[in-house]
Amino acid sequence: MVSGDKEEKMPERRKFLFDMVRGLGAATVGGLAWTDMLDGKKTFATILRPPGAVVEQEFLAKCTKCGLCVEACPYKALLLAKPGDERPVGTPYFQMRENPCRMCRDIPCAVSCPTGALLPSLVSDSDEQGKSRLDVNLTKIGLALIDRETCIAYWGIQCDACYRACPLIDKAVTVEYTKNERTGKHAMLAPVVHSDHCTGCGICEHACVTKKASIFVLPRELAMGESSDRYIRGWDDADEERMQGLPEETTTRTPRSEKSPLDYLNKGDL
Amino acid sequence: MFREYKFMVLRRTSQISIMLLFVSGNLLGWHVLRGNLSTSKVLDSVPLTDPFTLLQIFAAKHLVSGQALAGALIIVLFFGLIAGRSFCSWVCPLNMVTDLANWLRKKTGLDALGKGPVISRKTRYWVIGTSLAVSLATGVAAFEWISPISMLHRGIIFGMGMGWTMILAVFLFDLFVKRDGFCGHLCPLGGFYALITRFSLVRVMHSKEKCTLCMNCLEICPEQQVLPMVGKVSSAVASGECTNCGRCVEVCNENAMKFGIRFSPEKNKTSIA
Ligand code: SF4
Ligand code: SF4
Ligand code: SF4
Repeated sequence: MVSGDKEEKMPERRKFLFDMVRGLGAATVGGLAWTDMLDGKKTFATILRPPGAVVEQEFLAKCTKCGLCVEACPYKALLLAKPGDERPVGTPYFQMRENPCRMCRDIPCAVSCPTGALLPSLVSDSDEQGKSRLDVNLTKIGLALIDRETCIAYWGIQCDACYRACPLIDKAVTVEYTKNERTGKHAMLAPVVHSDHCTGCGICEHACVTKKASIFVLPRELAMGESSDRYIRGWDDADEERMQGLPEETTTRTPRSEKSPLDYLNKGDL
Repeated sequence: MFREYKFMVLRRTSQISIMLLFVSGNLLGWHVLRGNLSTSKVLDSVPLTDPFTLLQIFAAKHLVSGQALAGALIIVLFFGLIAGRSFCSWVCPLNMVTDLANWLRKKTGLDALGKGPVISRKTRYWVIGTSLAVSLATGVAAFEWISPISMLHRGIIFGMGMGWTMILAVFLFDLFVKRDGFCGHLCPLGGFYALITRFSLVRVMHSKEKCTLCMNCLEICPEQQVLPMVGKVSSAVASGECTNCGRCVEVCNENAMKFGIRFSPEKNKTSIA
């Protein structure tokens, strides 16, 4: 009886283990393929997210693709990526040339997000009483860049379409007056974007008169460089403070920096 | 005639009205239901969140807002305590696609050629595990990226794009490869609902006394493994894998199947015999 029981049980148990291993194997193979696919998809750097979006990695994780932000936008400026749109499926994005963000003061898109992928606090400051209030001008969808080679203002033709269109005129976009060296007697009135005020709303891109916009918004990570900590703006008192925490020694070694600076100046092949 | 399709009609009505409410939320700005099945708001106040999506976001090591959390809790409590796995048959729009495939299988005689390759019903639980593991590895809710369910209901509300290819793939899989292939074997969302609804109250009840062993119910059931008691004992369907679709109730000519509440006194009466 007992032994019979055992005989019955062993194959059962073996079958169960076998099934486990088989399932685990299949799951692993499927998982690896899946992981590969998603890793490819995550490198969409050029997508412009709604106002208040958290950093892209976190955004991709948190956004449940509900489209509530898209529904909330009264200008239908926000789009929800469909399969085939070459963007992470179901996530919201802008196409500024077609339909830019209108900078609603009540930021309905950010306020409507239920998951925390868009955080109203990222586009709020506090009023006199210390109460938080929305300020759409804190939005950082991206940064507008100008292609000076195709912008006709840089050719010397008068155009201030983007400058006039910008909701933060004279802050985010200013016009620089310079002498047109080519003609010698005309002025150039060229637009310049300032990253501290530009919200990336894309209204300039929408307004630009050239065939393909010569001013266009890119995500900030893509549009901006980063100077290293050791370069100090001497004319900016606050900037000196950045020197405080820096280590004394540099670790960069090149064939030249191995010599003392004096040797380098006197004996070097300058 | 109508009796045989009573729940079918009710289910289609339920599935279609939910979709219509979502569509009107987007197109007409109605406030009854906005968003989609992943996350939504009822009357602009009550949040609803797909708990499986939320679980994947957790696995991806992220926290969501309290609002989304509350929304998931509402769903878990409603289906987990009361309605059973009825999300799959009364809400999910993909159900209409796979039901159509199944119906065509029967009509065209494809079904008579066999049920297709052996795929374990447990595969869906492996897919759950894999979804969570991939979410952990990549930092995004993994199944949400490829889910044909989400693609379909988002597609209906916001525009389909190339999403139809994915839906077609599921349809063809169910039609040509495996009966009840996607919903009954692979879908991790269905698996997830099966897990959390094990102890829900609304159940299909089988009465042995009335059963004439015609086996109509087993023939029609998309999750046949949940009906081992048919003709043997009177009892409620115990498995969370039952989708509460009610097909068995409709096709049983002897009224041996009906909807009831687990633990109801009436059930005790029948099961003693
Ligand atoms: S701020 Fe207004 S216009 Fe801009 S995306 Fe949000 S809702 Fe749309
Ligand atoms: S409202 Fe939030 S979760 Fe919904 S699609 Fe927009 S960003 Fe994603
Ligand atoms: S047991 Fe009945 S209600 Fe449950 S899935 Fe099968 S046919 Fe549908």
